[in-house]
Amino acid sequence: MNYAERLENVTVLGASGKMGSGILLLTAMEMADLSLKPENKDRHFVLNALDVSHQALGGLMKYLKVQVQKAAEKKIVQLRKVYESHADLIDNKDIVDRYVSDVCALVRPTTTLESAYGSSLVFEAVIENPALKIKLFSQINKNSTKEPWFFTNTSSIPVHELDEKAGLGGRLLGVHFYNPPAIQKLVELIRAASTKDELVEFALAYAKNLRKIVVPSNDFAGFIGNGHFMRDALYGISEAERLSKEMPFTEAVYTVNRATQDFLLRPMGIFQLIDYVGLDVCQYIMSVMAERLGTPSGKVSPEVLHSPLLDRLIAAGVKGGQFSDGSQKDGFFKYEKNRPAALYDPETKQYVPVASFQAACDAKMGPLPEPALSWKSIMKHPKKEAALEEFFSKLASMETPGAVLARRYGERSLEIGLKLVSDKVANSEEDVNTVLLSGFYHAYGPINKYFKKAARIKA
Amino acid sequence: MKKLRKRIFMAAGYNTIALGSGRKEFNPKKPRPGLEEYIKEAGQGTLKQVGGAANIDEGVIGNFMASKFNNQGNLAGLIPFIDEGLRWKPSCRVEGACCSGGLALVTAIKSVLAETADAVLAMGVEVQNTVKAVYGADILAGAGWSKERKAGHAYFFPGKFSDRAGEYFKQCGLERSRKAMARWYRNAVENARLVPTAQEHHNKQEDLEAAALCKPNPKSFVDNLTVYDCSKVSDGAASIAVLSEEGLKKAGIDKKDAIEVVGFGQVEADLTKPPADLTRLDTTEEAVKQALASAGITAADLGTVECHDCFTITGILSVEAIGLAKHCEGADFVSAGHTARGGRIPFNTTGGLVGWGHPTGASGVRQAVTIWEQLTGKAGKWQIELPKDRPYALSISMGGNDRTVVAIVYRRAA
Repeated sequence: MNYAERLENVTVLGASGKMGSGILLLTAMEMADLSLKPENKDRHFVLNALDVSHQALGGLMKYLKVQVQKAAEKKIVQLRKVYESHADLIDNKDIVDRYVSDVCALVRPTTTLESAYGSSLVFEAVIENPALKIKLFSQINKNSTKEPWFFTNTSSIPVHELDEKAGLGGRLLGVHFYNPPAIQKLVELIRAASTKDELVEFALAYAKNLRKIVVPSNDFAGFIGNGHFMRDALYGISEAERLSKEMPFTEAVYTVNRATQDFLLRPMGIFQLIDYVGLDVCQYIMSVMAERLGTPSGKVSPEVLHSPLLDRLIAAGVKGGQFSDGSQKDGFFKYEKNRPAALYDPETKQYVPVASFQAACDAKMGPLPEPALSWKSIMKHPKKEAALEEFFSKLASMETPGAVLARRYGERSLEIGLKLVSDKVANSEEDVNTVLLSGFYHAYGPINKYFKKAARIKA
Repeated sequence: MKKLRKRIFMAAGYNTIALGSGRKEFNPKKPRPGLEEYIKEAGQGTLKQVGGAANIDEGVIGNFMASKFNNQGNLAGLIPFIDEGLRWKPSCRVEGACCSGGLALVTAIKSVLAETADAVLAMGVEVQNTVKAVYGADILAGAGWSKERKAGHAYFFPGKFSDRAGEYFKQCGLERSRKAMARWYRNAVENARLVPTAQEHHNKQEDLEAAALCKPNPKSFVDNLTVYDCSKVSDGAASIAVLSEEGLKKAGIDKKDAIEVVGFGQVEADLTKPPADLTRLDTTEEAVKQALASAGITAADLGTVECHDCFTITGILSVEAIGLAKHCEGADFVSAGHTARGGRIPFNTTGGLVGWGHPTGASGVRQAVTIWEQLTGKAGKWQIELPKDRPYALSISMGGNDRTVVAIVYRRAA
């Protein structure tokens, strides 16, 4: 079965979810691009968008149309060539409209699992629940007419475990997109020992066509992305807890969040990132990792991958995550126009406006290194490396509480990164850095000389 | 072409800002002024300087594609909207793609020559930010032959001028040409920075030539041009009064505050025929030849030029079309700084289409306003001094791929 044949009939499970909708969009465009090639004119491409709610599927189709239109406008130069032989399509608008209708025409929104039984490729993007994933895989596998290949978008559950329990015999591969899949460049590819080579070859070709950056990760719970992020988040939480002995909890959270964003030049502070991912999602992924990495078979030394603070907040209904329109739900922070405006106080169960303590906290943290940089400015800096070096060497020479906190954080992030390599989760330091650069939009990788130097000075 | 049978003057110019990307106040997501507002602002700007609508006999407005950008036809009907005093006065709208403004000027000139009017309000307007660039390209493609659209580039006109640039590169050398194009861009922005109405007024890019020398990306745009080589999408209007001596007197305008039109050329080429030589603007050449002849001067008498640099390459080709440099040497002429504001013959002293902006239907009128400002000492921070022995100015308004061209020669009135 060649590449085009494999993509002739595809199902996305959980298609109207955040990850599923992005994967559906990218796959639909890839399938439409194939269908428009002269050699595929006799193939009939079908993409089943499977989810449980018709309402959500309706929303998905609207999302799809808007996104395909944007993508078509961007690639209008190529599309004019693709539709060269269509004499009736003259203006860019004619071509964009036709492309949108060609992409949407191959998508079949459905709520019945039977639709997947004719698919050669099943892309799973349902919630991070191993039992559900295994149930869906086994049922499709049992009833399918095709010996389908399965791709799972799991961000934490080991692929070998899902393969074995669903009885897929090596027809499962981890293809972990980052949120939102249409924009984030990174795909983590996770093969189990049993995964067949053909799946990997196909996935590499598919990811290349989607213009993604592929990083292989070994099959340990959490992989590289969550392997770093969850530990980084736990460190942020522990730092906030430590600081909360000398200041109110809300101020401690604010301080750590600001240190990670403004002093470390990250796109968002660690608590905002936890909110973005969802406190409940973080809690769940930590539990998945804790269950598996604590055991001798996990090969990684036992560690605490759990936060009672998250448990407490979630129990109080503070969960973060996003609304279906992409706007941010309240978590550690309360958001106004998608910007953090207030911080949750677990004692009073109230949000405290950031403005009420911001100036005092900032003063306590001390100034930022000069010349001033922000994540935004460094990302488009013409001399990025040199600017980062200058910024962090200044940071290394400062003894203000903000600088010290940020340095500790940078050192810990480095330590987490190095451990992912020594634990053989990542094949190289470069792979760890690529994941953070392209999946988390960091301006520099966690394994760097900026904090190594500081660590050495200390030693 | 014969000498004009009557003295023709221009005065009371007004330009709105050229709004679009690059201007601080531009936000594509927020509501912006429409056609009506631009026409009103520019028209009133001129009326105030001529003593009111009572001193205007007629109105003419140049516009290219309001029917598509703004779903608006019958633009002549927006001239009385400027001022009640213009009600029931003859008005018309003229169209010749990006030369629409140039056509508005010659239409006004001809009315005065025909003695059907002593004072004509000549205007131009275009409001183009109503659609995304990818669809704006469809609309602007209407300046070419519709039967060519299908085979054309997604960005039709950048595609056409990229082809011209490509041929120029081949005949004259790539590095030599691109160096000149980058210099053209630098001159345009440096001039525009001095002018508060210019679209590039807020441009803070440090090394303009280095930025402009980035590589073209044929995957997302055209083969031989980058965004720096292109005039941007702009909204704006321009207005000027075209007057007889009686008209000047009636408006109470002193001759020293006016410029005189000493000659013009108006030329049309067949829209369905491709250019004979991609490296030459032969229609422009002909229009300039006629304009200079009717003024009784040569290119050597020109002190400043407003040319239609819809793309940087067009600027270089214009230098050659005017006869200031031989084939391929237009690039060297520009690279040597001869067209810069301190150079031998300053071009586009308010930034031109690349720097000031290019509200298509308004550009031709905007050029006349710039020349009026320069020759009457009203150019503020962007004032240049014309050499005494070269008191003439030339404007070139071009529509489509060098199909419709109006060239006008001016000097300060006396």
